[in-house]
Amino acid sequence: MSKPYWTKENFPITPVIRNPAGSLAFKCGEWRTTTPVIDKEKCTKCGLCQIYCPDDAIYKSQDGIFEVKLDYCKGCGICANECPAKAIKMVAEVDETCMSES
Amino acid sequence: MSGSRAVAEAAKLSDVNVVSAYPITPQTSIVEYLSESIAKGELTAEFVQAESEFGAMSACIGASSVGARVFTATCSQGLALMHELNYVAAGLRLPIVMAVTNRQLSQPLGMWCDHSDAMGERDSGWIQIYVESCQEALDTVIQAFRIAEDKSVLLPTMVCLDGFILSHTSEPVEIPDSEAIRRYLPPYRPDADYHALMDVQKPLAAGGGCPPAFTMEFDYKKYEAQEHAKEIIRKADREFEQTFGRQYGLVEGYRCEDAQVILAGMGTMIGTAKEVADKLRNEKGWPVGVLKLRCYRPFPKEDVRRIASKAKALATVSRAVSYGIGAPVYSDIATCMSNLGQKPVLLNFIAGMGGRDITQKNIEHVFEKGMKSAETGEAEAEVEWLGLNKNLVGG
Repeated sequence: MSKPYWTKENFPITPVIRNPAGSLAFKCGEWRTTTPVIDKEKCTKCGLCQIYCPDDAIYKSQDGIFEVKLDYCKGCGICANECPAKAIKMVAEVDETCMSES
Repeated sequence: MSGSRAVAEAAKLSDVNVVSAYPITPQTSIVEYLSESIAKGELTAEFVQAESEFGAMSACIGASSVGARVFTATCSQGLALMHELNYVAAGLRLPIVMAVTNRQLSQPLGMWCDHSDAMGERDSGWIQIYVESCQEALDTVIQAFRIAEDKSVLLPTMVCLDGFILSHTSEPVEIPDSEAIRRYLPPYRPDADYHALMDVQKPLAAGGGCPPAFTMEFDYKKYEAQEHAKEIIRKADREFEQTFGRQYGLVEGYRCEDAQVILAGMGTMIGTAKEVADKLRNEKGWPVGVLKLRCYRPFPKEDVRRIASKAKALATVSRAVSYGIGAPVYSDIATCMSNLGQKPVLLNFIAGMGGRDITQKNIEHVFEKGMKSAETGEAEAEVEWLGLNKNLVGG
């Protein structure tokens, strides 16, 4: 978030959020190191990935296919773990060999 | 009536909307009186019998968050079990009022009076007021709502009365007229744009996480509110006096004007100390006085300095121990005297733990030690345990 949520003018007596759905502005997808990739051939469209996602970052697109909202997906891998068809793979965002060298 | 009854009558007069509590000796009769009043229809309120003190304070926080006037009471292990929620109540700035019938903390297990329980909540952000008589208990609970609900304070408030010694002792108590109390204490009307008020018309999220960028600022706001509360406590007390003719102050200096030796303490020991001070002045001509700390949080630094800084010796009697250093009340007195050029010799006494009586003889001993220190300019011991059976433990 570039702009501070509270300023001198609106600083409250206790931490309160008066604008609903404020977390939409918080792109926690930046934390991700691995990304779920859905194999659309294997996917049975059961929807368990969407139900299990703790960040509500999986949604059903208009053509009935499940997609990941990358702005919010933290890459926890729960969807891949729960998928009964093994249709979701977690793919590293960076080359892991590079990371281990530093 | 007993101190417990006086506290319950005060909650009734304050037209509380919600009472949530869990019974614990010696607080039980307070909530028994209140639940009876609610059952009989004398008080229109919701009584929530919780499964524990943790649950009781949680219910109080919920009720206060939707704008109810909330009262509870506990002590000892019950207060300790509330500890986590006490910080939440203060941090959410909810004006909950709680009576604490001061009782020791286990171990050793016992149900008798000392101030260990409330001392554990000293730094939680709650206002703490210690009372001396049943009448003061009644008046202070009513004042406590005025103080806690003041928009410039908004801090939960504890009214501390010595377990058994006050909670179970009967004294003559005048019950104020309920209409006059309603004028003194109008209904609590929180502002949805200012308070953390749960209102479906104006949804908000409270009690969530806060990053380091803001946490210190919220702590500072609480600190500021505590400091400012002194003015509001004085005002609530002054206006109470205008209608009901009784006032108590943040502190009370008893025969302190010309006193060279002053005893500072809290709660029922003050009554005994005043009596002994009179006796010693009459019989021995000793210039002794008593400083009653009624308000403990916020600590009345300015009043303590004004009353006691010119004395030669200031002896603090604490009904609690701070292991590894001495006693909490003494530490606070020492803090507020620390930057003064001219100050009295400070003496540190621990007394009345686990229900041991603080006797006239104990108090006489304190004044005697004070007189000696006033002469020598020195304290004989860093800390002295009054009435300790040295045959058992040495020392």
